[in-house]
Amino acid sequence: MNTIVIIFLAVIGAGILLGVLRMLIGPTSSDRAVAVDTITTTVVALLVLLGFIFQRYVYLDVSLVYSVLSFVGLVALARFLERGI
Amino acid sequence: MSIHGAIITGIGIMFLFLGNLGILRLPDVYNRVQAGTKCTTLGAFLTIIGVGIMQPGWFWKTLIIAVFILVTNPISSHAIARASLKAKVSLCDRSVVDKTEEFERYREKV
Amino acid sequence: MIFVVSFLVIMMLTAAIAASIFKDLMNAVIASCLVSLIASILFYLLQAPDVAMAEAAIGAALATAIFVIAIRRTKRYEE
Repeated sequence: MNTIVIIFLAVIGAGILLGVLRMLIGPTSSDRAVAVDTITTTVVALLVLLGFIFQRYVYLDVSLVYSVLSFVGLVALARFLERGI
Repeated sequence: MSIHGAIITGIGIMFLFLGNLGILRLPDVYNRVQAGTKCTTLGAFLTIIGVGIMQPGWFWKTLIIAVFILVTNPISSHAIARASLKAKVSLCDRSVVDKTEEFERYREKV
Repeated sequence: MIFVVSFLVIMMLTAAIAASIFKDLMNAVIASCLVSLIASILFYLLQAPDVAMAEAAIGAALATAIFVIAIRRTKRYEE
């Protein structure tokens, strides 16, 4: 059980590293916004998995609040990218 | 019961990694939006449901989080793709067809 | 545990330095959103879920929305 959990965390960490690289080298602002959107969804799954590892039921609230509020921030960002340059 | 949850969580994590690899490797904004939203929505859904199967007392709360991700993630990705189309971000040079101008003329005529 | 925390801290420092050297202020706002996201994971790993929830609420939604409104009222590119 312990080895499987370590493999899961390593694969998710490699995925977040690839997303951060795209956020650093992306040519336009839309590339960076897409990269942050993908990293946010990955991090919500990571928070649920860490709550299972720590065996705390209360920790699931953090991922619920995060998935609600990042949606609001990304929609505000998209509205700005649509209107003005 | 625990081994089924571990298998489902492993499949979901593989999809999460493939979504982030597509973000890095694909050549264009619109291709990146497609890879990011599809792979990541399925991966997060399978991962969270797998945790709920591994720990049976947590199932309903994880189901609420998974359904919320399944609703909100395509909406934000569609907003970003529409914004980049309005801001005239160009396609990559290997693209075959682009029918947005034709669609705009059709919508003005009708 | 120490490897996980050091990995996250290196990514957070990279995003913070990138936020300070971007000339387009929109890219700086996106990078600071990423900094807040990784800080939330660090608070979560240090067994403080209430602080992580406050960081997620302030950093992800409110700071990004207020910065976007401020950039819309002023100008976008830094000289």
